Amino acid sequence: MRSVALLQRLLHLVPVLFGVTVIVFLMMSLTPGDPAEIMLANQNATPEQVASLRHDMGLDRSLPTRFVTFVGHAVQGEFGLSLFHRRPVAAVIAERLPATIELSAAALLFALFMAIPLGVVAAVHRGGILDRLATVGSLFGVSLPGFWFGILLLLAFAVNLRLLPVSGAIDFAHQPPGLTGFLVIDSVLAGRMDSLGNALAHLLLPAITLGLPMAAILMRVTRASMLEVLRQDYITFAEAKGLGRTRILALHALKNALLPTVTVAAIETGSLLGGNMVVETVFGWPGLGRLVVESIFVRNYPLVQAAVLLYAVTYVLVNFVADMLYTVLNPRVRM
Amino acid sequence: MTEPLLSIADLRVAFATRQGLVRAVDGVSLDVREGECLGIVGESGSGKSVTFAGVMGLIRPPGRIEGGSIRFEGRELVGLDPQAYRRLRGRDIAMTLQDAQTSLNPALTVGTQILEVLLAHGDDLPSGRARLRAARQRAVDMMTLVGIPAAARRLGDYPHQFSGGMRQRMMIAIALSCRPKLLIADEPTTALDVTIQAQVLELIASIRATLGMSVVLITHDLGVVAEYCDRVAVLYAGQIVESGPTAQVISDPRHPYTAGLLRSVPVLSHLDRPIHPIEGQVPDLIDLPPGCRFLPRCPMARTACHNPVPFHAFAEGRAARCVLAEAPR
Repeated sequence: MRSVALLQRLLHLVPVLFGVTVIVFLMMSLTPGDPAEIMLANQNATPEQVASLRHDMGLDRSLPTRFVTFVGHAVQGEFGLSLFHRRPVAAVIAERLPATIELSAAALLFALFMAIPLGVVAAVHRGGILDRLATVGSLFGVSLPGFWFGILLLLAFAVNLRLLPVSGAIDFAHQPPGLTGFLVIDSVLAGRMDSLGNALAHLLLPAITLGLPMAAILMRVTRASMLEVLRQDYITFAEAKGLGRTRILALHALKNALLPTVTVAAIETGSLLGGNMVVETVFGWPGLGRLVVESIFVRNYPLVQAAVLLYAVTYVLVNFVADMLYTVLNPRVRM
Repeated sequence: MTEPLLSIADLRVAFATRQGLVRAVDGVSLDVREGECLGIVGESGSGKSVTFAGVMGLIRPPGRIEGGSIRFEGRELVGLDPQAYRRLRGRDIAMTLQDAQTSLNPALTVGTQILEVLLAHGDDLPSGRARLRAARQRAVDMMTLVGIPAAARRLGDYPHQFSGGMRQRMMIAIALSCRPKLLIADEPTTALDVTIQAQVLELIASIRATLGMSVVLITHDLGVVAEYCDRVAVLYAGQIVESGPTAQVISDPRHPYTAGLLRSVPVLSHLDRPIHPIEGQVPDLIDLPPGCRFLPRCPMARTACHNPVPFHAFAEGRAARCVLAEAPR
């Protein structure tokens, strides 16, 4: 029953992803500037050479033909050569992706572990000192630009206090054997505690910088929905049953209050992807975000195209996961 | 006579609001005897629910118990330590709320919601693995007692999978799962269809007989009181205006408000008889004059009513807060 519904929901993803692919392809095709001309820009190329390159790249064919080729290659993970690296785009992205996933996951964890307890405490002690601190703090969290806050953290903890590393994802001496590309996982797999500590130390500041705005928003959402839930009859009834305060808050209230938090967290994960570009640049993080920024500067179109598609697919999938989580939290939407 | 199960004396509950202190309950005194069914009648805002929220220890800021005493089995509940209160709630005194639809947690199975009460209070349950099994058995027994078919199979269902009447039964099963000595049923029928109302009231009455518990039936429906309650207390503006054996109060009300309530109930057998609503409105509970609170609406007001009127006994088991209580109408 549930697996059928899950399958249906998965099938719904197909048209969505197709639409995303069309949009990404069209946007890249309609962007001014001919990739072939840009590639040969500094080489005094003759028009014949440009035309020849255009032919090699398939740019002289009609838009629909190019689209079919693009999709055909894309589903096989083929996105052509990265113009800058002279290697397949897929390989370059695959190399950088783990670092970005690791950073995003850390930021997401930071945001959730900050936001949910703080939101609950703020709601329970509404109007109290902690509530006011959390509310004002969240305003700062949303308003501080990531690049500025990141640099501030760097100055304080890395430059002045020298507690944490300034940039990168790991120090060369602590590099664990690369199995998955995820430094934290590789360190654990190799049993290298020094690597794990080093990787986590590198991860801390960028994860906080990236996760802070999300934490701030999620805190507010959790607080608001918690306040709403605490007014409900079922909370009064739970109290009348003589249950402990912890059980009432953590189970009866939170399970209902988390519904909006999950929805907003999924949407905010999208902005995490965008935030990655800024934060990775500030912290010299060897991830996809920085790669995309660099690729845009050098007009490495195939790579940008593939990365944008990847971002879009990730966004859609994250929302799918959120929907699934929603059915776990809310039995009424179970199909 | 033995001590009553529950004894409320001069209870005062106030809520701090921006406009001032709202005295929602102002000197309420009443007893609930072992095994009896007491009806509490009053309109919205008369203080009937707040009084029993006080008994349950569920008055939250900005509300506060300002004074008075609540004794349960001889034990003072006002100022009772929160942990001790928690052990009392759900085990010795249970409460059902008006609307089962909103009172059952939509995100948890009914099994979770009934088992957690049993496990929280089940000092007499066996320990270890047998504990959960024993609790399950009790849950199923209670669900069966309240008339939920195939109870064992329904433990894994969520509230939305139950019909309105079944949800009400489920809430009653949860409240009664630890076999409390006192059930406070706060408007148990208001949210239900008329046909199901009777079923639920019959259910409460039959379980009361089976378990030998006392019941406080909070309602604004005098018909319900007439049918099911041994005694009745009528609340108006935070005070009890009249109390006594149900039959006597209904046949011979001694407070004009009780009389007015009775006149405003349509009688099915005499639909041609005009209904007389009580003129005027319930007073604002913030700035109350010292005299009778019903004075502005009272058809029999006189000068003495401007002074405080004591709630006093005028016959065996009967009391009223009216200067004319001694005179039958």
